[in-house]
Amino acid sequence: MKKIVDAVGSYFILLGRVLRKPDNGKAFRRQLFFEMRVLGIESLPIACIISAFVGAAVVIQLAASLSNPIYPTWITGYTSRKAIMLEFAPTMIGLVLAGKVGSRIASELGTMRITEQIDALDIMGVNSANYLIMPKIVAFMLFSPIIVILSVFSALAGGWIFGVISGVITSYEYLDGLQLEFATYDMVYGITKGIVYNFIIASVSSFRGYTVTGGALEVGQASTRAVVESCIVLIVSNLALTSILI
Amino acid sequence: MIEIRDIYKKFGEKEVLKGISTVFETGITNLVIGRSGSGKTVLVKSVSGLEKVTSGEIFYDGRQLSSMNEMQTTALKREIGMVFQGGALFDSMTVAENVRFPLLMFSKLSAAEMDKRVDFCLERVDLPKTHSLYASELSGGMRKRVAIARAIVANPKYLFCDEPNSGLDPQTSILIDKLIKEITEELNITTIINTHDMNSVLEIGEHIVFINNGQLWWEGTRHDVISCDNKELNDFLFNNEITKRADL
Ligand SMILES: Nc1ncnc2c1ncn2[C@@H]1O[C@H](COP(=O)(O)OP(=O)(O)OP(=O)(O)O)[C@@H](O)[C@H]1O
Ligand SMILES: [Mg+2]
Repeated sequence: MKKIVDAVGSYFILLGRVLRKPDNGKAFRRQLFFEMRVLGIESLPIACIISAFVGAAVVIQLAASLSNPIYPTWITGYTSRKAIMLEFAPTMIGLVLAGKVGSRIASELGTMRITEQIDALDIMGVNSANYLIMPKIVAFMLFSPIIVILSVFSALAGGWIFGVISGVITSYEYLDGLQLEFATYDMVYGITKGIVYNFIIASVSSFRGYTVTGGALEVGQASTRAVVESCIVLIVSNLALTSILI
Repeated sequence: MIEIRDIYKKFGEKEVLKGISTVFETGITNLVIGRSGSGKTVLVKSVSGLEKVTSGEIFYDGRQLSSMNEMQTTALKREIGMVFQGGALFDSMTVAENVRFPLLMFSKLSAAEMDKRVDFCLERVDLPKTHSLYASELSGGMRKRVAIARAIVANPKYLFCDEPNSGLDPQTSILIDKLIKEITEELNITTIINTHDMNSVLEIGEHIVFINNGQLWWEGTRHDVISCDNKELNDFLFNNEITKRADL
């Protein structure tokens, strides 16, 4: 218990060092564009693939469960859209990206720590926490709307294609349901969740990587912890956000 | 001039530095020698402020490190150049970008002036045509030399070198030693070099601090070192001779 309190305390102290004005604006922007590429753009393919298949499974499952004629024909499309926008796209993809991005950040920073690259920054008088972590957090949060929107589209498209191919639903019924009572708030809701999750993933795994002590073995452990802890914090905050935003 | 007074450093229960006091003068090569694990790295990291000392005082030309606020420590750090034991080059950057980095962050030089300074420093460490290589494409000795170039690029007043020639062949080692000595005299800076290389001790040891078991065991110049009758120091030197002969 004491360990958890200590870790949370150190996490916020580190965040305090991260959230400062960058030493050099130009260097910050350069790092930001770099991180947007490696954390943002490079996350899009996996987000799309996972979303398409999860979306397909959701649609097929719902269509099969709601096949009783007492339900209106649009119900599958409608509930699929709701489920995907509100939960699956942000949360599921959040968990997947916690694995991909979290381990990447933690191992990168951990390696820099044990090879004294972070000490080298510090001794130059650079705020290493700000220089290294801030661009990651900002870049990943900026990409969050894109990731969520693309995931929603991939999931809905995956559901459409596989739903129609497997014959559980007709194209007309599905698209009819998708368009029913479209609420912009659902999208805002999904994106808000996505932004919070991406902040959690980037900051928790940066914390684990930045504070590594020891050698290569510890970097591996830190990267595992980064993923596990990001996932836990993400899931807990999902519950909190769901109760607040609904 | 850097003065340290009675510094202690503990990691949990483990006491690594046990009350070390000495003065590192400007313009000469100050050597810290001692066995592997004796606390040399911890000592320079403590002096540079990277590690917080448990107790004791450090003065940079009279300025007390522990009484500085954050802005003052940041300003001081910009006067420090450090060569880490493993080089600590940024592996996402090329050689030229590594050396340029301190200038890019803090100096008001124009791009052309920075390039000129980078060229000069790389020339100085005898690496004129390596600008576009990445750290992973360099040999150990080249990494050390790039690290030295990066450490001196912003004209530091204090230069710390943690084993600048460990793992290098004797010829390159001597080259690097001489280079550091020249830079120290040219720029009239305060230089501290960690080493367990006997050649360095005899070559450039103008002020030698021997650390044994976390304490300052012996202090003197390279001329005193040969004639001294300190048992531990002689063991250290003597064992070194044996390993050197065994290597041949
Ligand atoms: N962060 C740390 N936590 C705990 N112990 C440490 C830490 N850093 C160093 N030590 C201990 O301090 C002692 C001195 O280490 P140091 O790295 O200063 O040795 P050294 O003299 O530089 O050795 P070498 O010549 O091999 O580089 C070692 O016993 C090491 O285990
Ligand atoms: Mg060392």
